[in-house]
Amino acid sequence: MTNGKPARTSQANWLFLVPALALLAVILLIPLFVSFWLSISSPTFTLDNYISLFTDGITMTVLLRTAYTALIVTVVAFVIGYPYAYVMTRVGPGMRGLLLTIVLIPFWTSSLARNFGWLIILQDGGVLQQIAAFFGIDDFVLYGTTPGVIVAMSQVMLPFMVLPLFSALGGIDRRLLLAAQGLGSSPVKAFWKIYWPLSRAGVVSGLILVYTLSLGFYVTPALVGSRQQSQISQLLGQRMTELLDFAGGGALGTLILVITLLLVAWANRFGGSYTALGAVAGRASPTPAIIEGARER
Amino acid sequence: MTSIDTRADVHDVTRRQAGTRITLTDVTKDFGLDAPAVDSISLTIEPGEFMTFLGPSGSGKTTTLNLIAGFEELTAGRITLDSGDVSRLPPHKRNLGMLFQNYALFPHLTVAQNVAYPLRERRVPKDEIRRRVADVLELVQLTGRDGNLPRQLSGGQQQRVALARAIVFSPRALLLDEPLGALDRNLRGALQLEIRRIHREVGATFVFVTHDQEEAMNLSDRIALFNQGRLEQVGVPEALYDRPETLFAARFLGDSNVFPLGTGVAAGVAGWEGERWSIVPDTISPRVLRDSEAAMVVRPEAVCVGRSRDDVPVGMNATSARVRDIEYQGSYRTLVLDLGAAGLPGRARIDAQASEFALGDSIVAWWRPERQRIVAV
Amino acid sequence: MTQTMTTPVEPEDALTQPFPAVGRRPGVKRRNKNDRIPLWLSVIAVVVAVYFVIPTLFVIPMSFSEARTFVFPPVGFTLDLYRDFFTPSPNASTSWIGSLGNSVLVALLTTIVATTLGTAAALGLDRLTGRLGGFARTLLMLPLVAPSIVIAVDVYMMFLQWRLVGTLQGYVLAHSVIALPFVLVSVTAALSSFDRGLLRAAAALGASPTRAFITVTMPLISRGILTGAIFAFVTSFDEVVVALFIRSPQFQTLPVLMYNSVTAEIDPTLSAASSLIVVVVTMVFLLPQIFGFVRRHRKAKK
Repeated sequence: MTNGKPARTSQANWLFLVPALALLAVILLIPLFVSFWLSISSPTFTLDNYISLFTDGITMTVLLRTAYTALIVTVVAFVIGYPYAYVMTRVGPGMRGLLLTIVLIPFWTSSLARNFGWLIILQDGGVLQQIAAFFGIDDFVLYGTTPGVIVAMSQVMLPFMVLPLFSALGGIDRRLLLAAQGLGSSPVKAFWKIYWPLSRAGVVSGLILVYTLSLGFYVTPALVGSRQQSQISQLLGQRMTELLDFAGGGALGTLILVITLLLVAWANRFGGSYTALGAVAGRASPTPAIIEGARER
Repeated sequence: MTSIDTRADVHDVTRRQAGTRITLTDVTKDFGLDAPAVDSISLTIEPGEFMTFLGPSGSGKTTTLNLIAGFEELTAGRITLDSGDVSRLPPHKRNLGMLFQNYALFPHLTVAQNVAYPLRERRVPKDEIRRRVADVLELVQLTGRDGNLPRQLSGGQQQRVALARAIVFSPRALLLDEPLGALDRNLRGALQLEIRRIHREVGATFVFVTHDQEEAMNLSDRIALFNQGRLEQVGVPEALYDRPETLFAARFLGDSNVFPLGTGVAAGVAGWEGERWSIVPDTISPRVLRDSEAAMVVRPEAVCVGRSRDDVPVGMNATSARVRDIEYQGSYRTLVLDLGAAGLPGRARIDAQASEFALGDSIVAWWRPERQRIVAV
Repeated sequence: MTQTMTTPVEPEDALTQPFPAVGRRPGVKRRNKNDRIPLWLSVIAVVVAVYFVIPTLFVIPMSFSEARTFVFPPVGFTLDLYRDFFTPSPNASTSWIGSLGNSVLVALLTTIVATTLGTAAALGLDRLTGRLGGFARTLLMLPLVAPSIVIAVDVYMMFLQWRLVGTLQGYVLAHSVIALPFVLVSVTAALSSFDRGLLRAAAALGASPTRAFITVTMPLISRGILTGAIFAFVTSFDEVVVALFIRSPQFQTLPVLMYNSVTAEIDPTLSAASSLIVVVVTMVFLLPQIFGFVRRHRKAKK
């Protein structure tokens, strides 16, 4: 059945969209396009800017380092985050709210504050070094190194891992596990054969989300890392603002963007009712749950 | 053009008022599918009448209601309220009350605010609003609930609020779209009574859509039976039940025993599986023409059963039958039969106390020729 | 509860129901032997919970340190850093309190722009179910998907051309685009749980489409709009990457100053700034919880 007519006409609907689309076009689409355009047209129509990405000796190294870093970060965040998300599905509403708040507060408070915290911990003479010295390990340098970045980023990325995981795990009926055990499976086996496969779709979404975010992440590498061991985001920043190499930077930026879009599109296929884009957008939605939940009770 | 109820026009909601005459002329609605949802329907609903649109899902009854309300645009045809053509008028200007199956109460407004809503849209003064809201809440027996939010009320109460809201602005017609579908049986019965009572008190034209034939027969002054976008038959409930004109009508309202008779059925005698049956002219539906396919329908309550042909009185039409099942309905029993040699499914109603028949028995079923009906197929 | 939280994964066995929604009782409350959470799992959860909070925990003690570097453990105890934070200076932008003011201003304006445009877009998209509509929606979500560094450098490049670098307008425009998807998601969620039949009822009761929109639609989606607005504000206030690239000495937001106090010139006031933000946001967060808690107890008392 159609809506109560006369509803807004199709044109009127598009009119509602125009301001938002216009803003998007001007502030985002044009810059992205111009950047791309420059990358293929400067100094002349050429693919050199892209080719040089592969041949200049730096870009590929940094890209590989970034891909590697993102991978480790994703794995660590997953290993830490999965049990936490699982516990969240098992506890009562009050405790769950608390655990959720613990996830969300760092998520919404300044990311700079968190990274600053890591700086204090990882810096030369910082907490970690003091602890390491206590155990007799001298020269335990993490600040300014890729491992340092990994340690910090894993923690920063945790909420992005936990939230989609929790959403996916929450949809699994725990009675299935009990049924499996009733049929003779040990708890471990029940987990591997029943629970794990059911959680796969959400897991994959969470993994891809965190991986994609980690690839392009700037703040943590910039604060806790170094220029010598930079991530691709730092490289892009340098190219564009220090070297003012808009063509080369444009090529690199376009490359990173394309890789990201491809990954998200690929994750979409695993989604079903839960896509990576939804997970990304899901950054936006979990918190109302808390506000609403508090209000409705 | 129907005018919006203005201050000068104010009636007490509880006082009887004239309803609108609703006239549909060649009304058609096509959604672009194989067949139109509503196919050239013409119908006149009399002022103050309780008219029910009855039919199976997809028969066009709800679409027709929506066309009257203005939620759908006519593909062809005309709809007039009294003498004003409203075919092009948007729904919010038609001044018709409407009741929905899911109540559609505004969740963010209280009962009183919900009921006051149409009055506020018509700029009725505040004290006037308060009075009318109180009156109508009393009419639906919900006084004292004005401060509640819809979610604090039961389904039946919510529907009564919706009813109050739909009549508080004294519409000349009320359209009800399967309003009792979401309620359980007992509640439905109680609300049916309410709706009938309010119809009598308010006097507006009611157009009621349902697929429940018992509900239709119970509530209506007249029933319009819909079938695949067309009007199958229109008439008072007795006419549809006792004198169905088509097989569809006979089947939709109540149970039937159906005997296909082929073409060329006329008054006098007809044959079926070797039986010779008398056909009374009055029992032939006007829709049956010389070359139409026809069938004979007999209601289960008109069928008597006996052990053998000797039990059949003179002048009755009869056929052999086999007892397939016996159903107990409390106040009566139903024999589920295989009729004739072909084993046509049939039913006969017998006394609850009767116990002489058992499963598998071969019996004879018979009925008075006056009780049968020849319908078009 | 919002849709994203309760989207269930299809259980392979079609006979079972998905796990009940968040916040309600998680199925069986009776703790039978198999149902209890194993101890090691609880310990892990606690450790992880602490791990979430650790960095912020280090920041707060730092804010009372007398040292002019970020040495930990903090030295002495003073409120000097807080005082420094709140001290204005002639060049408004280079002072902490000045940049805080900038951040608040930018965030407020961004909230207005993003909420207005985002709500309108959500309303428009609500009726457009075709492929073009889906495409428009995907486009509007792009700022969430694209890496912020790519957005930052490209926007910077164009802003150079358009002389928007370091301007209030530039910041507001850039942040609005970034915040818009959050508003869109929020309002769309509110719209999806909105019963369309109510608009029909309103029409049948004599309300024109505009009136129906004002009296029925808007009140019912107002919570979604408010949530979106809050998101827009926080997003803009906390946004650092784009802010870093489009700043100028004349106009900086708080995150920029915080960033600089690590990379450019060590400024221990950073600890005070960070602590303030953490505490304030946590308060904002916990308030609805506490509110709900109090209300629950009051109801129980009745």
